[in-house]
Amino acid sequence: MAKLILNRLSKTFDLGGRAAVNDVSLTVREGGFLALLGPSGCGKTTVLRMIAGFEQPSDGSILLGERVLADASEMVGPEHRNMAMVFQSYALWPHMSVAENVGYPLKVRGISGEKRERKVREALAAVHLETHADRRPADLSGGQRQRVALARCLVTEPDVVLLDEPLANLDRHLRQEMEETFREFHARSGATMIYVTHDQAEAMALATDVAVMSEGKLLQVATPEEIYARPEGRLVGGLVGQGAILSLPSPIGDKRLLDWPVVQGILGNRQEGPRTDILVRPQDVEIAAEGAAVTVLSVLFEGERYALRLALPDGQTLRAFSRHPVKVGDRLAIVIRSAWRL
Amino acid sequence: MTRPQNRGNSQPRWLFPFVVTVIFCLSVLPLGRLAATGIMSAFRGGASELLSDPGLWRSVYDTLSTSFFGMIAAVLLGGGFALLLTLFDIRGKALLGFLFMLPTMIPPQVTALSWIGMTGPSSALLKAIGLAPPLGSPQPLYSIGGIALLYGVQNAALVYLSLRAGLLALPRDAVEAARLSGASSFQVLKDVILPLSLPGFAAGAAIAFVSCVGNFGIPAILGIPAGIYTLPTLIYSKFAAFGPRTFADISVLSGLIAILSVIGLMVEARVLRGRDYRVIGLSGQVAVFRLGAWRWLAELLLWLTIFLILAMPLIALVASSLAPAYGVPLSPATVTIKAYEEILVRQAATRIAFTNSLSLSLATAFGLLVVTVLTGYFLVRSKSRFVGVISALAEIPYALPGIVLAVAFILLFAAPIPVIGISIYGTIWIILIAYFSSFFAVSLKPVVSAFRQLDPSLEEAARLSGAGFTRRLADILVPLVAPAAGASVILVFLIACNELTVSALLWSAGTQTLGVLIYNLDDSGSFNIAAALSVLVVIMVIAMMVALELMAKRLPKGVVPWRS
Ligand SMILES: Nc1ncnc2c1ncn2[C@@H]1O[C@H](COP(=O)(O)OP(=O)(O)O)[C@@H](O)[C@H]1O
Ligand SMILES: [Mg+2]
Repeated sequence: MAKLILNRLSKTFDLGGRAAVNDVSLTVREGGFLALLGPSGCGKTTVLRMIAGFEQPSDGSILLGERVLADASEMVGPEHRNMAMVFQSYALWPHMSVAENVGYPLKVRGISGEKRERKVREALAAVHLETHADRRPADLSGGQRQRVALARCLVTEPDVVLLDEPLANLDRHLRQEMEETFREFHARSGATMIYVTHDQAEAMALATDVAVMSEGKLLQVATPEEIYARPEGRLVGGLVGQGAILSLPSPIGDKRLLDWPVVQGILGNRQEGPRTDILVRPQDVEIAAEGAAVTVLSVLFEGERYALRLALPDGQTLRAFSRHPVKVGDRLAIVIRSAWRL
Repeated sequence: MTRPQNRGNSQPRWLFPFVVTVIFCLSVLPLGRLAATGIMSAFRGGASELLSDPGLWRSVYDTLSTSFFGMIAAVLLGGGFALLLTLFDIRGKALLGFLFMLPTMIPPQVTALSWIGMTGPSSALLKAIGLAPPLGSPQPLYSIGGIALLYGVQNAALVYLSLRAGLLALPRDAVEAARLSGASSFQVLKDVILPLSLPGFAAGAAIAFVSCVGNFGIPAILGIPAGIYTLPTLIYSKFAAFGPRTFADISVLSGLIAILSVIGLMVEARVLRGRDYRVIGLSGQVAVFRLGAWRWLAELLLWLTIFLILAMPLIALVASSLAPAYGVPLSPATVTIKAYEEILVRQAATRIAFTNSLSLSLATAFGLLVVTVLTGYFLVRSKSRFVGVISALAEIPYALPGIVLAVAFILLFAAPIPVIGISIYGTIWIILIAYFSSFFAVSLKPVVSAFRQLDPSLEEAARLSGAGFTRRLADILVPLVAPAAGASVILVFLIACNELTVSALLWSAGTQTLGVLIYNLDDSGSFNIAAALSVLVVIMVIAMMVALELMAKRLPKGVVPWRS
């Protein structure tokens, strides 16, 4: 095993002129768990399919350690990459039993008899499906099918495991259970995992690293904590957490984490001049008598609290929480304890 | 171990050249050869003699008139059935639809024989019930009208299928909107449904016309005794009276047939443009109108039609096969199974024909399957820009009348094959190759539908598991398209086994097929033996259609041609 390197990877499909993946460089450390996060259509699946070998890059290269897997002129077929993938549609073979599905990669590798049976049993045990070995995929529930697909990945000890929105077809209850299974799977197999999703909560909860993509470009790669605390640029800031992005006059200096005095200063600044995007998260907004004036636009009762949408005097909106009920149209004062300059 | 491979696609390198070679040999080469000979003989002035022959123009006229009236009959029959069965609350639709399909699947020479057995002074059936016209009165079917009527019966199902597909694809909301705006059922039918279904009518009529122009079995049995020659039978008779100009003549004649067919097919393509009715195929939930008190009348009419076009002729066929000799009245005293003994036990010729037809059909069905699984895979998975051209070229040989293809293969193989120097002319191999070419599209279509329906990730998962192309083919792809492949084998077998047009020109001593045998038996006056053989053929056809019908639930849409 070795680290997976994407080097200035680009992909343009023959017909569409715009690049689906544009100059993406990324290193996934050995045994890492990378979440590829981005809105639908931004090129995540295309990156994954290039790593798997189903698409050839138009430019750039993919390396596993020292070995070049693909560049624009040559590529190693998916058959020879020792990777595994969990597809959104599960991709279980309907004419084979669960055990046959899981054992197929071993069969292709010429492993047979007792050894194959043992490995299949182990893989099924790891996803808690030992008792379902002889069933057909059609007789399983969605979550069970997903676990069979996972067991099929587990069985050959692949270098890299790719997952393409594996939870998109499952209901919310099953998702949490499966997230746990994925985490266990990662800990047990030690494989490098790349997990594609458009759900930031899922990405944060599972991965050791998060890579954010938009319109084919890679915007930021960092740990979940780092991405959350220090997002780079409007797109990442808008995608991670539920913050509001305000366009305000640039504060003096290059500090990025802004406290209330600085924010108060720029909120009150009426001069024309350069402006900056400032990310304000709702949990950092406090309702306090001495703060800046806002109007309540909407109130949503969430059970443990009220979620408010507030308007600044210039019309920009932000979100806040309140423990006490307020009414639409009320005038409040807020203090922004901390804000992040994007 | 870096093993470089070309591109990310899943096909092995040899697949594209393989597919191109197959298409070249089965489509481009024979048709190109036919075109070359036709054009060359036209330039050498050989055609002028043919074209100044009034017999030719008589034959063109007869072809056009029989085909035109046949088309009208097919549109009336097929259109009526499609409208009644699709739009109204008729009971027993599935059975009626299935029975209505049967005349198309029964080989034309058998249809012709059974209708002869039903009419005319020598009809065993009419004699048995004492309704036969006096001896010496003419057989009414030996005429333009008779040929056209049988064309209509034979091809009504084509119009039925085309129109039905169009009706099923009608936007439901258009009908519902019309009803909500207060239109009566009749007004909806007149103002919305009929105008919208016109393309289905027109397309069905065009294919029926093409099918009539290329028909050989019916005019061979009904036309030749009356001196009526359509273009296919004219080719046959010129070929039988072999002369120095035969090749030039038949290439020009089949060129004429090809032109007529292409015009028909272009009309079809034009009216259907932008509508892929095979894909839309909604769940058959077209608005059903209530017939109320008229329902029993409509049902009576439908069953009466089935009785007239299917049951009666088949009863007559059975009656003829049980009569001791042509023209002898059938009664409990005269019933005999001598004809069946003759074909099953006594005659060596029947045994040879059975063996030939069965082995040719089996070899074609299974041999083609190997080719079409690979071709179908290529057509569905490849991103090559030649896919459109290749699938069009694969369709052409089946779309053209069989007689055209037979002439093309005669021209291609009349001389020994260059380089190897072997001649397959007059052997069974030329029939086999012609069958491969002719039924390629029949075999391909179910396989392509199945591949289209297959989730590509099933194959991708196998690739990541490490399985190479052959392995994937054996373990994943073939098992998953197996039901469609089975249907493809049955369909090709069914059609090849009953085929007459191609083998009528290509057979020689020892290589006659069932179709040729039935025709020759009738031609030589052994009508009841021909009828007995036909009864066996009909039983086989029905058995296979029932088998397909039973499989239909497990097959992708569009595989069983008569289900929509
Ligand atoms: N096979 C293909 N041919 C042409 N365009 C494609 C193909 N696959 C993806 N695309 C295009 O590439 C872009 C990125 O797609 P994709 O990688 O599937 O996005 P995501 O997985 O992030 O939703 C989209 O605009 C999509 O239309
Ligand atoms: Mg995707």
